[in-house]
Amino acid sequence: MSKLSRRQVIATGLVATAGASGLVVAAKLAGRYGLVPPDSGGIYGPGETLTYAAQRLLTRHSQAREFSRSQISDKPLANEVAPLGDEFQRHQKAGFADWRLNVDGMVARPTSFSVAELKSFPRRSHITMIQCEEGWSYIAEWTGVPLSYVLDLVGAAPQATHVVYRSIQPDWWESVDMADALHPQTLLAHGMNGGELRVGFGGPLRMRVTRQLGYKSLKYVTSLTVTNNIKQFGKGLGSAEPEGGYAWFAGI
Amino acid sequence: MAETPQPRHLLFVRVTHWLTTIAFLALLVTGLEIVVSHPRFYWGETGNVNTEPLFKIPIPASRNLVPTGYGYVLPDQNGWSRHLHFQSAWLLILTGLLYVGAGLLRGYFRRELFPTRSDLSATQLMGAIAEHLRFKRPSAEEAWSYNVLQRLAYLLIIFVGFPLIIWTGLAMSPSFVSAVPAAVNLLGGQQSARTLHFFLTGALVLFLVVHIFMVILAGFWSRVRAMISGRAVELTEGGRIGAREERV
Repeated sequence: MSKLSRRQVIATGLVATAGASGLVVAAKLAGRYGLVPPDSGGIYGPGETLTYAAQRLLTRHSQAREFSRSQISDKPLANEVAPLGDEFQRHQKAGFADWRLNVDGMVARPTSFSVAELKSFPRRSHITMIQCEEGWSYIAEWTGVPLSYVLDLVGAAPQATHVVYRSIQPDWWESVDMADALHPQTLLAHGMNGGELRVGFGGPLRMRVTRQLGYKSLKYVTSLTVTNNIKQFGKGLGSAEPEGGYAWFAGI
Repeated sequence: MAETPQPRHLLFVRVTHWLTTIAFLALLVTGLEIVVSHPRFYWGETGNVNTEPLFKIPIPASRNLVPTGYGYVLPDQNGWSRHLHFQSAWLLILTGLLYVGAGLLRGYFRRELFPTRSDLSATQLMGAIAEHLRFKRPSAEEAWSYNVLQRLAYLLIIFVGFPLIIWTGLAMSPSFVSAVPAAVNLLGGQQSARTLHFFLTGALVLFLVVHIFMVILAGFWSRVRAMISGRAVELTEGGRIGAREERV
């Protein structure tokens, strides 16, 4: 063995050792700083964890792109939804007067809000793009109350790590980490393009998460739960989507 | 100890070559599977079934939202396809970093990939092109280094093709572009990024086809063996493969 290759063998060994211990340290740090997604198990766990950790390090405070009024799509697309049940039809007939948003979990004051109350809160609008994981997209102006405002109002605990939200449609539920829950663009949306949020687009109340794909912007929201133990919900994967084979983090 | 022959391909080149192969094939299959859920392409920021596409691929779709003209909908495979696509993208990126890092350390690009000044003279280039057009089987010496067209093609794929397909892929991520909006703005919009990503896939597949064709022309098994074990020579008489020490 030549002198050069011996040196290379030693260098390679050192690099490999450093790499392996680096990975262990990285995994520990990732866990501590909330860089591991709830669906980090299974064969696609490494990819999901790398994606979520990298995106969170890069995007904790970044804002989704906002567009000019002239860029609003004239033909937004109301994606198909599973048939809305009897309960929804009753609410729709009553003009959603009795629609409630129940907030519980790690909050000082569990509260139930009507849509009228939510509409009376300070509102924010933004013109942002919604993208479906299938590949299509549109731009619209969304109006609603920032989720962070509602979380403040109910006194969400500072130890909370996630907010779970549920649709009136059975088995449809989602969650986001606090980076998205407290993000200024994250809205409980009740208006779209200057008017009411129509049923096809999630009315009367839709979560609007601007930095993730459309399935995080859950339609027909009826309840929120603030938690620091996301694993206790459903099958412990963070939301309904991973139970159906999709990623919990939908930022890509 | 007997003189150790230099392997045709360095260990890091061989390892990263096959890791890239695995990642690329997984990305290709899952990427096409994702396209099946919406086989329409647009230009600009937005596009959906209510807007005019730039072009459509005449295949059935895996979602009944898309009017394809076919009376049926293919099974939805997006869940695992998206998972495997991004996991393979990580494999590709990490492999690429290893390749570029090791290549720089070893002076590999300067020695093996950058064409020499004389290579790039018009006569040399014309000669190389003419030889390729005649599908001339490369000479024995050529098994030990890349000719000028190979060098240019590999440089183009490694330093232009792959970076562009990674860029256009990232430009589709709503989260990534919230931190780096220029990544999508420079491409003319999110749907433009998606369309460019698709075209670049076509370019990389074209490279793959030509690459495999050239390997077959040069002698498929000897070249594949050289990329696996590092040995470029034919099997010794009797087919015995001598144990050889390899440089790392």
